[in-house]
Amino acid sequence: MTGADVLVRCLQDENIEFIFGYPGGAALHIYDSLYRQDKVKHILVRHEQGATHAADGYARSTGKPGVVLVTSGPGVTNTVTGIATAFMDSIPLVVITAQVPSTLIGDDAFQEVDTVGITRPCVKHNFLVKDVGELAETMKKAFYIATSGRPGPVVVDVPKDITNQTTDYRYPDAIAMRSYQPRTKGHGKQIAKGVELLLAAKRPMIYTGGGAVLGEAHAPLRALVDLLKFPCTSTLMGLGAIAASNPHFLGMLGMHGTYESNMAMHDCDVMLAVGARFDDRVTGDLEKFSPGTRIVQIDIDPSSIGKNVAVEVPIVGDCAEVLEAFVQSAAKRVDAIDRAAVDAWWRQIEQWKAVDSLAYTPDDKVIKPQFVVQKMFEVTGGDAFVTSDVGQHQMWAAQYFNFEQPRRWINSGGLGTMGFGLPAAMGVQLAHPDATVACITGDASIIMCIQELSTCKQYDLPVKIINLNNRYMGMVRQWQEFFYDRRYSHSYMDALPDFVKLAESFGHAGMRVDNPADVEGALKDAFAAREQLVFVDVVTDPAENVYPMIAAGKGHNEMHLKPGCGAEVERELA
Amino acid sequence: MRRVISVLLENEAGALSRVAGLFSARGYNIESLTVAPTDDDSLSRMTIVTHGSEQVIEQITKQLNKLIEVVKLSDLTDGHHIERELALVKAVAAGNEQREEIKRLNDIFRGRIIDVTDSTYTLELTGNSEKVSAFLDTLAQFEILEVVRSGISGIGRGKRALKVEEKR
Ligand SMILES: Cc1ncc(C[n+]2csc(CCOP(=O)(O)OP(=O)(O)O)c2C)c(N)n1
Repeated sequence: MTGADVLVRCLQDENIEFIFGYPGGAALHIYDSLYRQDKVKHILVRHEQGATHAADGYARSTGKPGVVLVTSGPGVTNTVTGIATAFMDSIPLVVITAQVPSTLIGDDAFQEVDTVGITRPCVKHNFLVKDVGELAETMKKAFYIATSGRPGPVVVDVPKDITNQTTDYRYPDAIAMRSYQPRTKGHGKQIAKGVELLLAAKRPMIYTGGGAVLGEAHAPLRALVDLLKFPCTSTLMGLGAIAASNPHFLGMLGMHGTYESNMAMHDCDVMLAVGARFDDRVTGDLEKFSPGTRIVQIDIDPSSIGKNVAVEVPIVGDCAEVLEAFVQSAAKRVDAIDRAAVDAWWRQIEQWKAVDSLAYTPDDKVIKPQFVVQKMFEVTGGDAFVTSDVGQHQMWAAQYFNFEQPRRWINSGGLGTMGFGLPAAMGVQLAHPDATVACITGDASIIMCIQELSTCKQYDLPVKIINLNNRYMGMVRQWQEFFYDRRYSHSYMDALPDFVKLAESFGHAGMRVDNPADVEGALKDAFAAREQLVFVDVVTDPAENVYPMIAAGKGHNEMHLKPGCGAEVERELA
Repeated sequence: MRRVISVLLENEAGALSRVAGLFSARGYNIESLTVAPTDDDSLSRMTIVTHGSEQVIEQITKQLNKLIEVVKLSDLTDGHHIERELALVKAVAAGNEQREEIKRLNDIFRGRIIDVTDSTYTLELTGNSEKVSAFLDTLAQFEILEVVRSGISGIGRGKRALKVEEKR
């Protein structure tokens, strides 16, 4: 069997449904093997960045690894943004990159780049295959590494000559590596300590992150929250692990989180962190972060524990397994909770909630972006996968679309990659052909990977694109308004295309909405079109800002609320 | 805090650059780094000398452990250990007086003269970094043409060993 056939067989044996790719010289043997089979379906994107984001969206929405195939040189460099995006959010990808023939490596050959070198800082691991006999085992390792422990992207670089050499095919059932043995089972004593500390809390807070979603920990997490009746919050990446409608859920925390979440994070005495990494967008100024709080942290990655914030009870392990142990142990001891104290804590939280930090001023002339997201939620009944790009629209999507299930909210949190939303939505739609998939985007972001409208046409992907079109890079404009005295340097999107015509030219339907009264009807029509991609260009208020906000250098208790919003809080901006 | 970390890693192309890349990407400092294959030729052993707060050192060891090719590591500075460094020094040694003095100092430090020309001596010295530095300070009065330091190799004292049982 040739190396190319081996590669494709490995994908078949891994039960890979889709491979997202783009051909080129060094990859031609592999493309020929793909042609001669029909088990693995190849999705031809229009730019390699799109392939990585689509595979990423597939992975995020299913929990299965996403697979990418590209050619050497520019094919590889075009994937780097997508690989880094997946890396920052711990998404399992296997990216197969073709390479110039082994004999030419190092010669500055046509379309040669040092793929292993370029991708090294943004992969969980990468391989250069030097012997066709090692190809199958390397693929097995790649899938194993990508999907186990803290997941992440793995690159397998395959020189063209290797894909043409022959070998016997044998795909290992399992792989054991002495240098890689991720630990999944939490330490019993640490778990006992963690439960002890949590039950003794007077002002408890549960803070969950993307790890709770990736680790499929939603069931034990929900059980624990309902058992203890403790308040909980989530990072941008963790939304949906706890249902937004859960009465104990205070909404998202962090830079654009709710007032009650951030205040509770600041004032709590015991914090349970689950699959969350105390990222700077979440903690605000570390010096001011949750003073005096005793922290229990569960994470599969030891290096995430105690990285930014000192942790009293570190628990390395799989979030789901550890939380199950928490539930079991806590169930017998709920009486130990100081209910009077926790009730008082809840009363305090209710006061913070009363500030209503997500309130916005409705308008009957200009469309408020928040209103559009709320209507989307209503029209879909919340039963949708929502991808997004990066900017204000991303924050509004996170704030106003109430995610009830994990893996429904698909966005680039760690790297913050504009251009992610549309290709990611393709991967989601392929994985869930009958589901409603919407991409909430902005006029600047959508253009970054707009070419993928063509892929959507080729594969009949009825994604709904909701473009919150404020004619600005809104998030940039907001920062310039707040911190640069309204000097709007290069954040105005001049010369935008007519998005309706643009969508139509790709063979899709387009709509433009500029009156608040028409929003609901337009969304209903768009979401009713089950078979068709609809691009809804919504002309929104260009002056709207995302509130509340923690400015740089501020703490959780120094939130900037929307002007006119309730509480006596520090309004001073940095 | 100065720390000496010993790492056993798969003897594979690219493993070294992963370690070096980790240090530069995360802004950790490396005072020295030595690496060579071990008696088990599937493994390399690396000795890294670094500085950092306790928290930084903890992150360094965790991040190193996270590298797929790292099999095992140990912070030698956690216990009693031995450090050795090799230095090669080429000094101008012209005229009897100078040659005698260099030879005398070299003897005091238990160095060896490993190459001689009519105008130079090349000296070899092993010891811990302090001894090597003291030696170089002493020689500074002469004209030094070249100094080569190997960086530190370290090993734990006593029975404690950084070792992998199973073969790959
Ligand atoms: C690839 C990339 N380039 C630049 C940025 C910096 N950036 C963050 S938000 C933003 C503006 C996004 O504008 P738009 O997509 O219109 O969304 P809005 O904020 O208006 O909702 C920019 C430029 C980024 N996140 N990603």
